[in-house]
Amino acid sequence: MTEQKNNFNLNSLLKETAININKEDKKNAISVIKNTPLPNSKIENWKYTRVSKLGNINFENNKANIDNISRYIIDDTKYSFIFINGHFSNIHSSKKIPVGVEIKVLSKKNNEFVNSSLKIKGEIFNAINTFYLNDGLLIDIKPGTKLEKPIQIIHILKGDNIISNFKVIINAGESSNSSFIQGFFCDSGNNNFCNSTSEIQVAKNAKLNIDKIQSESEQSFHINTEQVKQEQESIFKINTFTLNGRIVRNNLNIHVNGQNCETHLNGAYVLKNNQHVDNHSIVDHKVENCISHELYKGVMDDNSTAVFNGKVFVRKNAQKINAFQSNKNILLSDNASINSKPELEIYADDVKCSHGSTIGELDQNSIFYLKTRGLSDKSARNILISAFFQDVINNIENQNIKGYISQLLNDRFEWNF
Amino acid sequence: MIEIKNLHAKIEGKEILKGLSLNVNKGEIHAIMGPNGSGKSTFASILAGKEEYDVTNGSIVFCGEDLLELSTEERAWAGLFLAFQYPIEIPGVSNINFLKTAINEKREKNGHEPITAKDYMNLVREKSKLVELNAKLTSRSVNEGFSGGEKKRNEIFQMAMLNPKLSILDETDSGLDIDALRIVANGVNKLKNENNATIVITHYQRLLDYIVPDFVHVLMDGRIVKSGDKDLALKLEKNGYDWIKKENDI
Amino acid sequence: MANYTEDQLAQDLKNQEYKFGFTTDIKSDKAPKGLTEDIIKLISSKKQEPEWLLQNRLKAFKIWKSMENPNWAHVKFTEPKFQDISYYAAPKQSKKYESWEDVEPEMKETMKKLGISLEEQKRITGTNVAVDFVMDSVSVATSFQSKLKELGIIFCSFSEAVKEHPNLVKRYMGSVVPPSDNFYAALNSAVFTDGSFCYIPKGVKCPMELSTYFRINEGETGQFERTLVIADEDSYVSYLEGCTAPQRDENQLHAAVVELIAMENAEIKYSTVQNWYPGDKNGLGGIFNFVTKRGLCEKNSKISWTQVETGSAVTWKYPSCILKGDNSIGEFYSVAVTNNFQQADTGTKMIHLGKNTKSTIISKGISAGKSNNSYRGLVQIHKNAKNARNFSQCDSLLMSDECGAHTFPYIECKNKNAKIEHEATTSKIGEDQIFYCLQRGITEEKAISLIVNGYCKEILNKLPMEFAVEAQKLLTISLEGSVG
Repeated sequence: MTEQKNNFNLNSLLKETAININKEDKKNAISVIKNTPLPNSKIENWKYTRVSKLGNINFENNKANIDNISRYIIDDTKYSFIFINGHFSNIHSSKKIPVGVEIKVLSKKNNEFVNSSLKIKGEIFNAINTFYLNDGLLIDIKPGTKLEKPIQIIHILKGDNIISNFKVIINAGESSNSSFIQGFFCDSGNNNFCNSTSEIQVAKNAKLNIDKIQSESEQSFHINTEQVKQEQESIFKINTFTLNGRIVRNNLNIHVNGQNCETHLNGAYVLKNNQHVDNHSIVDHKVENCISHELYKGVMDDNSTAVFNGKVFVRKNAQKINAFQSNKNILLSDNASINSKPELEIYADDVKCSHGSTIGELDQNSIFYLKTRGLSDKSARNILISAFFQDVINNIENQNIKGYISQLLNDRFEWNF
Repeated sequence: MIEIKNLHAKIEGKEILKGLSLNVNKGEIHAIMGPNGSGKSTFASILAGKEEYDVTNGSIVFCGEDLLELSTEERAWAGLFLAFQYPIEIPGVSNINFLKTAINEKREKNGHEPITAKDYMNLVREKSKLVELNAKLTSRSVNEGFSGGEKKRNEIFQMAMLNPKLSILDETDSGLDIDALRIVANGVNKLKNENNATIVITHYQRLLDYIVPDFVHVLMDGRIVKSGDKDLALKLEKNGYDWIKKENDI
Repeated sequence: MANYTEDQLAQDLKNQEYKFGFTTDIKSDKAPKGLTEDIIKLISSKKQEPEWLLQNRLKAFKIWKSMENPNWAHVKFTEPKFQDISYYAAPKQSKKYESWEDVEPEMKETMKKLGISLEEQKRITGTNVAVDFVMDSVSVATSFQSKLKELGIIFCSFSEAVKEHPNLVKRYMGSVVPPSDNFYAALNSAVFTDGSFCYIPKGVKCPMELSTYFRINEGETGQFERTLVIADEDSYVSYLEGCTAPQRDENQLHAAVVELIAMENAEIKYSTVQNWYPGDKNGLGGIFNFVTKRGLCEKNSKISWTQVETGSAVTWKYPSCILKGDNSIGEFYSVAVTNNFQQADTGTKMIHLGKNTKSTIISKGISAGKSNNSYRGLVQIHKNAKNARNFSQCDSLLMSDECGAHTFPYIECKNKNAKIEHEATTSKIGEDQIFYCLQRGITEEKAISLIVNGYCKEILNKLPMEFAVEAQKLLTISLEGSVG
């Protein structure tokens, strides 16, 4: 496989962001974009994911309209915010905002300053996101607010060679309890690319849950960076389901800054054809007495490839950390592959950290057993795959989301869950 | 043998023992009973010298020595043995090697030569019979992969090997079926003589059908609130602890 | 209360003196410092090497010059000043030792201090261990030659092999670890001075352990030895390797290359007890141990690496198996102890190419003091490696709150019939285990030693008997302090 050293293609079709972000950040961002080649496999963090082809595409950004978006609505919550190609869709979005929550569309902030702490240096995709930011949401959950219904944020790509730079900022106030649904879809088009970032603050004693479904198309690219900061006694939970996309890369960077926090990262990835999904996570335990738990499971068919890289840091003096990490994979085809790299980097002694990784195929004995009971090969496999995913699926509390995922899996893989 | 006076102890600032007093003489078996959370296991841990507990008041004299001044291993050398409620697993360390180390450390402190391999193996053979412990278990890693019953039998086997003056059996009956219970109790009875003593800590009376105590004490709210003979245990089994609570205004 | 705490243990570990820190007063023949083509020619001519070998060295030197010192390992150190090292230091001794009696008393004394005098070996084990002793890169004594010869086994110094068995050396040297493999392999290929060579003919089960002891003695030298073990079809050999070095304030470089070739149905068991000088309690001095070890497995063969690593200031070492032949087996059993300022980045690579290949990785890391101990391993299942199996277990034990324990496994799988299981745990030494031991009258120091030895038992059991005893002693030295 040849690999070119490619830079991101700066063309005249792309416009500097109109959103008022820190000038210094923009300056740094454009300098990173100009001077940093797109990562190649020599970069440890991108060893298994080749994105240099992104440099060959002349990206542009256009607004688009979609008449009926009902099939992209995951939950019938009252609070849904829809973006198409990174632009806020007024028609499709809810007008209602839950009590105790302030939601601002970034482009409508009347040029109000958007505060970002995203790491730009050395992070080409964050730089692109910053410099070309199209739109996004700023969500403040006021202290003590307990949301009854989730807030749903849906992003849809439409058109050829589209790049969407999209951002969500969530500040979950002290002792608040909130839940978010994020959906990423592709309506139509080739070579489109959703480059999204999230900056999330979980304040003291707050609880924040995110259920994310990524189901774009086999022609679309998706890179997502989530930067999360947790204060003391907070609970952060994210479930990521990746069901479609040509190349999907997720970066979850969790900074656990306060004591007695809980962090739960769960994910499932289901791939076929030539798909490539790469889940990178870092849980950085900076202080004592915290728990983190990570479970990622994947099934790969055809020529697909998955990457898992989970890293747990326990800093010096961050005693009594209980960190657990597990990655389990099933390969369904002779041409599918998986690269798994669970890592522990530990500088405190009174800790309990462990990780596990398994790779295998569906258990032939179980298939045989089910067949002797009269199941077809297909339904035997179906049952075993659904059993394999059961614990990840069970991490979703919202029944509507579960139902939606089952439907997607059924549509795409003909699996009944 | 052991004289405990007005023992007060705390863990993480919380007072668990609030003036416990108890005398045990040579040749006696004492049972300590009490509801959950009354401080029974705390009492056992403090006797063995577990560091998390703070003794804030009171005294313990063991065979003429101030027990509280001794480290855990010094207490063991002085002849105090604790059969753990949950015996600890130590992977890779064989039972045989473990006990040999324990025996030789004690011998060394007392100025004796290490035990010879022959004597040691004879001792193992003799004592393992006592609790019907499979010879295979003696060469396996300490408690690793042992069933609940095997672990408890292993505790009594260790007790037999170390020949203590005072044995404290902490909920030794928990998790045992009736056969295992009989074997364990049988072992304890055989080890009993006029020069040693046993404190049996238990939740249920049924163990006391097999190990017959000379005295039964009720531990409640961190103190011994009632003492009697073995009939007290039967009464507790029948009537529960509430009547004692009432009697003592707890 | 028990007054020996882990803190005190940590303190004792800091004060632990290196037991093998002595130098041997033997006149040595040392090349001028620095590395140039001339120096390489000098080494080659000193060793009266054939032209092809000189050419190989010069080629490797060219490759080395084009490479950079690797920086991906989880270790920090000042790059050795390659021009300040003397690349050749032989004991001044032109004649070859005909028998053990010919060896100078000083040399014998050195071996004795290492606990490996040949007589002693014979006495302790009651069986035979053939020893090749390499001091400052030159093989000084190889024993049991004649007995091995009867079986057709070749066990000699690398230099001798170059002279006596040039075809074997030419054919296999660099076949598993080519000079271009990495920076230090290239350096070694250019400047290696000696090492051990072993060939087991078809169908022969080597009846004794073959053993090499390496020692760095001179100051300002590096040791660059090569080991080549070839086990022909249906043969078996168990090979041992031990290493020590004197205490010095400077960092000395040890960059060895070990190549193993297991032909069809052959089995090689390679055991290492590495105890290079680790530096003092302030992190001054110590050996930089940058070693490339790799074995090639043909059909139905087996290579088993066992290592107990207690020494070196910085270790960078991944004994690997290329499981080329169908049904071949690779194993890696490792105990790595780091203390004070030691840094170890060690693990293995299991490359599954053939069908039904199997690999097992058991790694136990113990970190104390301010040290950093990393496991880095690669399990790679290639497309045609049907039914490949791997099991990895990497456990880390932490003994102080200033040390680090890290796990970096890379698992790459391209075959659906493969079955891979990887597990890793990191934890502190169990306080409840220590309490249990104390209650049975075992002192804290002994308890820790018992628990650590138990923790490593799986690995120690894989070592040949006499080595296991030495390894256990080393662990105890590293992890026992003197209780006041």
